[in-house]
Amino acid sequence: MKNERVMTGRHFMQGNTACAEGALAAGCSFMAGYPITPATEIAERLAVRLPALRDADGVFIQMEDEISSLAAVIGASWTGRKAMTATSGPGISLMTEHIGLAVGTETPCVIVNVQRGGPTTGIPSVELQGDLLQARNGSHGEYRIIAIAPASPQEMFDHTVLAFNLAERFRTPVLLMADAFVGHMHERVDIPEPEAIEIVNRRTAAPGFDIEHDQSFLSPDVAPMPLFGRGLKSHVTSSCHTGTGKRNVTDASALDHFIRNLAAKIDNHRDEIIRVEDNTEGADIAIFSCGSVHRVALKAAETARAAGLKVGTFRPVTVWPFPDREVAELSERVKSILVLENNLGQLYHFVRSAASCPVHFLEPEILGTLHGVDRVVAKLKEAAR
Amino acid sequence: MSLVHPLHKFVRPSAVRTANCPGCGNGILASSILRAIDEEGLSLDEFVFVSGIGCAAWIPSPYFFADTLHTTHGRPIAFATGVKLAAPDRRVMVVSGDGDLLAIGGNHFIHAARRNIDMTVVCVNNGIYGMTGGQAAPTTPQGLKTATTPYGSVENTFDISGLAMAAGATFVARWTVWQPLQITKTIRKALSRKGFSLVEIMSQCPVQFGKKTGMGSATKMLDYFKEQSVPIARAGGMTREELEGKIVVGELLDIEKPVLDVEMARLRDRLRKEAADAEN
Repeated sequence: MKNERVMTGRHFMQGNTACAEGALAAGCSFMAGYPITPATEIAERLAVRLPALRDADGVFIQMEDEISSLAAVIGASWTGRKAMTATSGPGISLMTEHIGLAVGTETPCVIVNVQRGGPTTGIPSVELQGDLLQARNGSHGEYRIIAIAPASPQEMFDHTVLAFNLAERFRTPVLLMADAFVGHMHERVDIPEPEAIEIVNRRTAAPGFDIEHDQSFLSPDVAPMPLFGRGLKSHVTSSCHTGTGKRNVTDASALDHFIRNLAAKIDNHRDEIIRVEDNTEGADIAIFSCGSVHRVALKAAETARAAGLKVGTFRPVTVWPFPDREVAELSERVKSILVLENNLGQLYHFVRSAASCPVHFLEPEILGTLHGVDRVVAKLKEAAR
Repeated sequence: MSLVHPLHKFVRPSAVRTANCPGCGNGILASSILRAIDEEGLSLDEFVFVSGIGCAAWIPSPYFFADTLHTTHGRPIAFATGVKLAAPDRRVMVVSGDGDLLAIGGNHFIHAARRNIDMTVVCVNNGIYGMTGGQAAPTTPQGLKTATTPYGSVENTFDISGLAMAAGATFVARWTVWQPLQITKTIRKALSRKGFSLVEIMSQCPVQFGKKTGMGSATKMLDYFKEQSVPIARAGGMTREELEGKIVVGELLDIEKPVLDVEMARLRDRLRKEAADAEN
């Protein structure tokens, strides 16, 4: 069984293990990582699974730190591999320079952040949604990122597949914003037959591609990737470059082109990228939440409805790009929105700027734990008045 | 009939201007590397060249007409590790400077050497940060006045080749750009070895090291390399005092150890065989 890429069947599985299995199902054959709580089980699972794969020369390597882990992943991706790393906040902080490099060189890869309690070393085993803003803008300069927030072990599988598909489709790094809660939770995970799993593969430059003249970078419609090892003589640089990958570090207009086209690649496809779960039909109040906190939102909405309140839930599956139009449209239909986050208010500000109705915010009573349902219902009653 | 440089075929057509300052050692080294590849009868299509940030990192990128990956400051060996493990059929060469590979990137350098991953690392050691304007490097000689050591450096210096040998590299050599033919011969040998090969090249930076430090012009610096170079065979018979300030050149280490990508392939084969046996 451990030789098969897809472990089809019904499992009682830890979220982090499901993430590793999702990566394999998506076609990942390379992982470089560094141990860190609460993400380590992803590396441990792939250390068992990758070298044993029947149908691919799987590679797992434990690097000397998180900086080199993402570097190795990017190097592997340029040879045509689907590659990933997994870490937690401190590791993401070390990786941020290379997240920017992956964006700038348009390198598909998946970076899992099993969020823990920070800042700094914090508490490694306590979950927090403290890194959502870091995910959006952690690396220097201006750029766009795709980030997805899973809410269950099943979604640790499903959304890892989705993360790889988006990375391949848009030639960009994708962040999977899990947290210690979903990472360490055991729950039922159904893994489909391989044929039932949708797989997206990157568009690549074919032999005969003219590297000196054909566009291999900076297309808003995603240029074909000129992979290494095909005799293409690819020129890949972290410096500002043109559509053929040539370095230009003298013209501001080249920088303008570089930044704008990388952003346009994501912005122009926001409808294809963004996924929301909107269950607000007939609701006066919408609870907005993502990731593990969405589990609280579902329970609180159910309880509030039983108490006679018209409450629905709205969940961004894709945290970044932020579903601003969807929130704006939601705010036309409901009377108010209650934002629940396991932090002091990060997405809250984005909801407020997109919404035309009143927006309330509630953090958990104790950061690092989930909101008590009664407390959320009390807040909903207050908002309904 | 027009004359074409024998190495012209290796140069990216769009890279028409050099970014190097007049008198830089990069040109001598670039031709020594390309000549080694040519003499070995290899195609640039077999290679992936990886470099970091700094003047030396510009040797392969954009000038070598091959797959090149120009990365962040200090990390080329980490990127190269990913390339090599993901595509073991590629020849991987890292070309970068002493500041890049030994200061900010020192950790990746020692761990790649420890793993004995199959790659050739050419470290250009000019003893200074050239691109940023002449600041002290871990290789800057003690006492030297630089932009960030205005009263003279009070730090000890790194022995790059010694570090590579201690960390586990299997082929280590040091030359100066005064010895271009020896560099070519050594790189040919490094290319024929499986494992982590370090080729340290002492090179002159006449603009930052030379002018600002008062060490002199490019030719004076080459004369200095010529005078101070001591072949490894002769160095063995010299005392520590006699070797003070000298540059010991030659092939310093040439041994065999298990190679990371080969061991990984062996592990995969073992696991597949065990699985097949379990099924039967």
